[in-house]
Amino acid sequence: MTIAMKGGSVVGLRGVVKADVLIDNDKIVKVGNNLKGDVTLDATGCHIFPGFVDLHAHLREPGREDTETIETASRAGAKGGYTALIAMPNTNPAHDSVTVIEFVREQARKAGLLDVFPSGCITMGRQGGALAPLAELCAAGVRIFTDDGSGVQDPVLMGRAMQYAKTLGVTMAQHCEVSALTQGAVMNECGCSSDMGVPGWPAIAEEMMVQRDIEMSRATGASVHFLHLSTARSVELVRVAKSEGLNVTAEVTPHHLSLTQELLTTFDPIYKVNPPLRSMNDIHALKAGLLDGTIDAVATDHAPHARRDKELSLDQAPPGMIGLETALGVVLSAMDLDPVQIAAVMSRNPARIAQITDNHGCNIEMGDTANLCVVDLDAMWQVNPAKLASKSKNTPFVGRQLRGIVRSTMYRGQITVQDGEAQK
Amino acid sequence: MKHLRSISELGADGLSRILKLTESMAEINTRSVPKVPALRGKTVVSLFFEDSTRTRLSFETAAKRLSAETMNFSVSTSSVNKGESLRDTIETITDMGVDAFVVRHKSVGVPWQISQWTNASIVNAGDGAHQHPTQALVDCYTVREALGKEDLSGLNLTIVGDIKHSRVARSNIQAFGMLGANITLVAPPTLLPLHIEHWPVKVSNDLDAVLASTDVLYMLRLQSERMAQGLVPSLHEYSTRYGLDEKRVAALQASAVVMHPGPMNRGVEMLIDPSDIPNSLIHRQVTNGVSVRMAVLFDLLSAEELS
Repeated sequence: MTIAMKGGSVVGLRGVVKADVLIDNDKIVKVGNNLKGDVTLDATGCHIFPGFVDLHAHLREPGREDTETIETASRAGAKGGYTALIAMPNTNPAHDSVTVIEFVREQARKAGLLDVFPSGCITMGRQGGALAPLAELCAAGVRIFTDDGSGVQDPVLMGRAMQYAKTLGVTMAQHCEVSALTQGAVMNECGCSSDMGVPGWPAIAEEMMVQRDIEMSRATGASVHFLHLSTARSVELVRVAKSEGLNVTAEVTPHHLSLTQELLTTFDPIYKVNPPLRSMNDIHALKAGLLDGTIDAVATDHAPHARRDKELSLDQAPPGMIGLETALGVVLSAMDLDPVQIAAVMSRNPARIAQITDNHGCNIEMGDTANLCVVDLDAMWQVNPAKLASKSKNTPFVGRQLRGIVRSTMYRGQITVQDGEAQK
Repeated sequence: MKHLRSISELGADGLSRILKLTESMAEINTRSVPKVPALRGKTVVSLFFEDSTRTRLSFETAAKRLSAETMNFSVSTSSVNKGESLRDTIETITDMGVDAFVVRHKSVGVPWQISQWTNASIVNAGDGAHQHPTQALVDCYTVREALGKEDLSGLNLTIVGDIKHSRVARSNIQAFGMLGANITLVAPPTLLPLHIEHWPVKVSNDLDAVLASTDVLYMLRLQSERMAQGLVPSLHEYSTRYGLDEKRVAALQASAVVMHPGPMNRGVEMLIDPSDIPNSLIHRQVTNGVSVRMAVLFDLLSAEELS
């Protein structure tokens, strides 16, 4: 069976071309004009992107299936235009054995809505005490390693992990947080945190570890990816490291591009995230970093939490917000990106960092795997919690008007989302 | 006024109104039977998740003198220990018919969270290091009473100690600021909050340098855990530099008054017996606590004028 996506604008590597795309089974077989298929998917007025790739999603399975499962997260991802998610390792049990990695892949395969690539732990149980079996996990296909949720504090251990990473050709993704500097912290250290009398989360807690790992990358040659950058100084450190030719990449979340620390003065834990929301000055620097390529990718840090957990006090509530279904809309509402830039930061760059370019982040040419999404970039929509596919609803964007609607998502030639609705 | 959660929420007009109302309550408290029926039929719940002596007792006394019913919630014997969430606790008590919650909690912001889950009024009796508005009302009332004037503009208030972790300091800075006082904070750098350029205060690390110009010296409690956290090098160094001893009392102007919100840490910030301080207002603060809290509860819960 063939599917013809008709009437849209194809976002290629260098520019946008009005063209139809013909898909046969799981491959793109032709890009051109007046193509006909057994089935027609109307893309009139829309842009056709390579399916989005999220470098940073917490799927909560195994361990907290009450808040999200691999299936519900896959559906949320598909609705957000994603065809690949990198699953963070802080499940219970954590991603520190081939058994857990294979379980996650199997659950994703059963859901069949997108590809899930489990990251591996850097240290056993993410405890920061001993290395996880990096080579074994690599042999099982893991290409990104992280203890996300916390950073690896011990520089000796991190140095050894980087030696492994260099040899194995994998990437170390760091959650940059010097934990001694963030004890009890709930929000950015600023005038607001002093007004409120809460321990502040200083920017240097992030920047010190960014700088440490830049130096470790320099020393070992290992490839390092910086998760969820949140401060202006972090952006500058990465910019300099890249100009020196070091093997570093970075991501930013939609919420760090759009929300500021002042929201915490409502005392609503919905705004508590790790790293914390920062200042407008930091937002300006993060946007500039995304535009000039210092920051390679937008990543959601999709973090589902049960309502009862987010109803705890500000100091007790867990950090994090969901983001898969709102990522594109939040980013496009916060800043202007042209279609080629969107394709780069939402799909092509993250696919390269995750080493999954064989099937993801394609240039939309003949022979590519048909992982695509169809987006109406100018359409506005309102976030309705009842319509979110994610099992948890912890997003502060409820009720917000966002720009850019994902009309359809195609995963390996199958239509997973049509007219904004999940198809299974 | 629906809630009293912070001094900034109360505002300058509300502050004046409560202080005025406190004078009427103080008059009631001088009567041989200090009780009026103003809040008959109203129910006030004390919800203290943190230890308290004077605040809790003064709220309960205040409610009783206004003839309100009081309910007492003890964390140690409640379902909170069975894992009941704060929201469930609030909704359960609300279902019983409640007009006001008086809340103390170690976590900042809890009074705001609670007000989403009940229609009752919320009085903040202390949330973490954030706010303790009734203490600030007590302190403003006590200073006005001692000085015999309502306008505090030009008054030099010096607050000494652990500003960083003090809800009393945060509420008092707002309240005395509204009344026109010049406020100086004195503390070692590690006990001062960062980024407070927008606060209407001057900051000093040298207590002896500001004593001569001080009209009101407000001593804060230094909790011993600050020492354990390494925020001060030693209690000895702290009390030597920031403790109130006879020499420092002597260095004050004759008209200057001394205050402390209690409980005092003798031998740390208080190196002199309070009874040896000529112009100590510490006992007046406790006495006025009942009148102020009567005024607050009356303002929140009564639709009528005080007769």
